Amino acid sequence: MVSLGIRRDLFAMVLLGSALVSGAPLEAQGLGDPDRGAEVFKQCTACHQIGDGAVNRIGPHLNMVFGRQAGGLENFRYSESMTRAGVDGIMWTVETLDIYLENPKSLVSKTRMNFRGLDRAQDRADVMAYLREFSQDPSDIPEAMPTATGTDHDLDPAILAIQGDPEYGEYLASECKTCHQANGAADGIPAITQWPVEDFVVAMHAYKRKLRPHPIMQMMARRLSDEEIAALAAYFEDLE
Amino acid sequence: MKLNRRAFLGTASATAVSLAAPMVFAAGHGKSHVVVVGGGAGGATAARYIAQDSQGEINVTLIEPSRAYYTCFFSNLYLGGFRDISSLAHSYGTIASGGVNVVHDWAVGVDRDAKTVALAGGGSVPYDKLILSPGIDFVDGAVEGWDLSAQNAMPHAYKAGSQTELLRAQVLAMPQGGTFAMVAPPNPFRCPPGPYERVSMVAHLLKETNPTAKILIADPKETFSKQGLFEEGWNKHYAGMVERVGPDFGGANVSVDPDAMTISIDGEVTKVDVCNVIPAMKAGRIAELAGVTDGNWAPVSAADMSSKADADIYVLGDSSAQGDMPKSGFSANSQAKVCANAVRGALTGSTIFPAKFSNTCWSLINTNDGVKVGATYEATDEKIAKVDGFVSSTGETDAMRQATYEESVGWYAGITSDMFG
Repeated sequence: MVSLGIRRDLFAMVLLGSALVSGAPLEAQGLGDPDRGAEVFKQCTACHQIGDGAVNRIGPHLNMVFGRQAGGLENFRYSESMTRAGVDGIMWTVETLDIYLENPKSLVSKTRMNFRGLDRAQDRADVMAYLREFSQDPSDIPEAMPTATGTDHDLDPAILAIQGDPEYGEYLASECKTCHQANGAADGIPAITQWPVEDFVVAMHAYKRKLRPHPIMQMMARRLSDEEIAALAAYFEDLE
Repeated sequence: MKLNRRAFLGTASATAVSLAAPMVFAAGHGKSHVVVVGGGAGGATAARYIAQDSQGEINVTLIEPSRAYYTCFFSNLYLGGFRDISSLAHSYGTIASGGVNVVHDWAVGVDRDAKTVALAGGGSVPYDKLILSPGIDFVDGAVEGWDLSAQNAMPHAYKAGSQTELLRAQVLAMPQGGTFAMVAPPNPFRCPPGPYERVSMVAHLLKETNPTAKILIADPKETFSKQGLFEEGWNKHYAGMVERVGPDFGGANVSVDPDAMTISIDGEVTKVDVCNVIPAMKAGRIAELAGVTDGNWAPVSAADMSSKADADIYVLGDSSAQGDMPKSGFSANSQAKVCANAVRGALTGSTIFPAKFSNTCWSLINTNDGVKVGATYEATDEKIAKVDGFVSSTGETDAMRQATYEESVGWYAGITSDMFG
């Protein structure tokens, strides 16, 4: 086992080197150790099945998850939020899974996946390497990277710690209310009232950094400062 | 400063009452008065936000002749059969309950020295700050052969309500294989994608009821909003039905004869069954009467939408000449919030936050085939300037187009609840 892991790592160094030389995108930099990933995955098995005969349980089965549209299994009942993420254009790739596994709410605010996330990039890389083994065409998905090189998508704690000014938030929020109803009703556009501040801030920064795909929301978020996002979060949290 | 000013205003208002009776309400009590003319996306929003946010510190009067407001946005969807006409109608009851004095009358004049607005029904209303949001009127003589007296024979349907119902009835009454003509307006005009969404919706209706009918557009513009998206959709859904004559082929050289029901494009006369004339537009007449227009529109400062002719008058939405924003309900609603914040700040000393503007226009091309274009804007010394934008792409998936349409339905619910409560 150990020697196998080392060999993988050596192999990966070569791969990574060539990837960097050829200027391959981040997502092509590779995954981790599938054996270690199988261990990490144990905490997922209460809800998710994978492998021969895997079926949907509390969560959808994860066979062939790479290349699947978010919310894309027809016979699984997803949260509205997850279905919307799929329609907005989220596909499960190395990059999007990495973001989602780090903090599910960064991509899907009201996901039913009640999981705090994997902080360590190596854990995520290893789990994805394990998931890759159940993909239809693993050759399409990069393998093996030497150490945790994953990008941390988590927000700087200093950004999460900003205390927003609700009065400024109220003014800024007037722009949101053209589409998002102040009374919390949702009719084709999600409600954004009474969200926990952290969820709101994480979601807006995900749009701002284009981790989430919606073009209007990316545009609106792009011109908001960290303080303005905090102000909006503070205002909407208490809006009844 | 604030106290002195308000004391002065109180005195001035009291004097005005004694000199210029009858007033609709007595000024005084030291409260500031904001009068809003026009209860659409700009005016209703401004009135509601000022009343709500000032928590009784400012008296707000909204002057709007209609008791039921029909939104121009989404009226094309009624033409296409996707909405009931009643779903476009909104009353002012909740705005009144929110503390706005709603006066159903026409504003027919502004006395900028006395700071009063005259009403068609008699009397006048005093103001400290006046917000004009009257939408559009049509330029006289813009389309040869057409004037407002011809609007029954050849509807404009560019102010929603009975005109929109009339146009739909006319389309449904067309003989099989008949012709629907549209005279499209020159820039700038209300709702840049509007005429082309209308063509899409009429085509959708005709495809169901009258599949051999034709649509003929005479257009003075080289290009139009979301052109690639509309043309892709017309080819896909309504192949062979829509013909557009641009300026290269005389689309700007048009006259109509409402009695004969003919349209002449570059001298070639065609008999048509329905003729939707959308003339060139200008600011709603009260803006001109107030003396704040320059040419067809009312120039404003980008920071707060105040008129460049009078610092105590603000002009919102379609009537304003502000820079880069399109004339749309979304734009008017966005401008209203910036204006409301500035007016409240000027009258009560509340914080005036920096202006931020945005707009998105959704259009429906066919069932579940929605597209959108949007942008954000900022205030510069010169104008409202575009910062950033996006537009739907041709060739998007059906699921994406359906999601865009569903989003537009959500937006309609959102903006009407933002305007009317």
